[in-house]
Amino acid sequence: METFWEYAKAFLTGGLICALGQILVDKTKLTPARILTGYVVAGVILGAVGLYEPVKKWAGAGATVPIIGFGNLLAQGVRKAVGESGLLGAFTGAFTAAAGGICAAVFFSSVVALIFKPKEKK
Amino acid sequence: MSLKHVGKQSVQLTAPPSFIGYASAVGRKEGEGPLGSAFDYVSDDMLFGQKTWEKGESEMVRRALELALGKANKQPEDIEYLFGGDLLNQCIGTTFGIRSFGIPFFGVYGACSTMAESLSLAAMMIDGGFADTAAAVTSSHFCSSERQYRFPVEYGGQRTPTAQWTVTGSGAAILAHEGPGPFITRITAGKIIDAGIKDANNMGAAMAPAAYDTLRTHFSDLALNPSDYDLIITGDLGQVGSEILLDFFLRDGVNLAPNYNDCGLMIFSRETQDVHSGGSGCGCSASVLNGYILDGMRSGRWNNVLFAATGALLSPTSTQQKESIPSICCAVAISNTK
Repeated sequence: METFWEYAKAFLTGGLICALGQILVDKTKLTPARILTGYVVAGVILGAVGLYEPVKKWAGAGATVPIIGFGNLLAQGVRKAVGESGLLGAFTGAFTAAAGGICAAVFFSSVVALIFKPKEKK
Repeated sequence: MSLKHVGKQSVQLTAPPSFIGYASAVGRKEGEGPLGSAFDYVSDDMLFGQKTWEKGESEMVRRALELALGKANKQPEDIEYLFGGDLLNQCIGTTFGIRSFGIPFFGVYGACSTMAESLSLAAMMIDGGFADTAAAVTSSHFCSSERQYRFPVEYGGQRTPTAQWTVTGSGAAILAHEGPGPFITRITAGKIIDAGIKDANNMGAAMAPAAYDTLRTHFSDLALNPSDYDLIITGDLGQVGSEILLDFFLRDGVNLAPNYNDCGLMIFSRETQDVHSGGSGCGCSASVLNGYILDGMRSGRWNNVLFAATGALLSPTSTQQKESIPSICCAVAISNTK
């Protein structure tokens, strides 16, 4: 039962974040790219003021996997690095914390681009 | 004093040129649509056997022109002028597609109104005595247009409810001084109309005022009524734009609905093909005209058709710079009698 709730909470939170994105696509003139970067910036801000941490605790992967979680990770990384190495950390912290995700994204996109050819939408 | 120019922006041709051959080549989705059987060539392969979408689009253009020449029983060297264009930067869809033909060429950019503009110029060239035989060709391709105007297909972007689906299709028409018909009898050139719409995902709404302006001018210049035509067909206003156009005419007390249709609404089934507001693109009106409509005229289903193709003259840069969308509509009257 414990596991079920863990999944349910992750699904609910992740789903809400995606549903909000769909509403933005349908009801505003924002392009998908702007919505994407908007989410990253929102994650940075929510992370910086400490509002994202409780959501993450409650929803787990439902809050960390969507792109807003990436913004939160950047903010966390900066906070940690500033604590350890001062002002320089403001410049190095974000990408140190996100290095795993960014490298994985670059690596897997390259592999996928090599293996697959683009196809039309049906 | 011109003998043929009538009113503000219309032309009454004195020796109406005839369609002597026409053809359309389309992609699979168009082939699966309600008009599928009217197209001369349906490709299962969106690349048309080529390596890129753009090369595929050019191959589709080449094929449409080749088929039209065959149906007209003409060789490329018999064609004195070719008018055409497409949606890609520098109109490469057309120029690369026709480069093997060796036909004297004038490039036309009218966005999705290109077929009507090209036909107008070819018809006036013949009526003016500058040529005996001239051709018009245009194309659009869903995947190359997505790259040109929005995002490459591999990005997988979401589409909004008012967005239209760019038709993968090409249409080619061969006109001649003498022929069995149908004939191009009247032309109304369009002005740039900008109603201030800024949403590049709602081009039907941006183009509807241009269609209204050109159609209204056509009727007043030539002292005609909508009822003088069996079919008035716009290019790619889609669901949203068509409703706006009918509304504009209703405000003038004119009910256009009984003999009105839109190529963008005809080419796809909006219920089963997930195309949101309908089809769009140069290839939309071009393939519907050079397949379904002209076939219908030759079979006697319609005798007088007003073909009013609409174009949204935006670019990705103008959209990014938050410009509104200027639009144009060119009307070509096609009749079974001279």
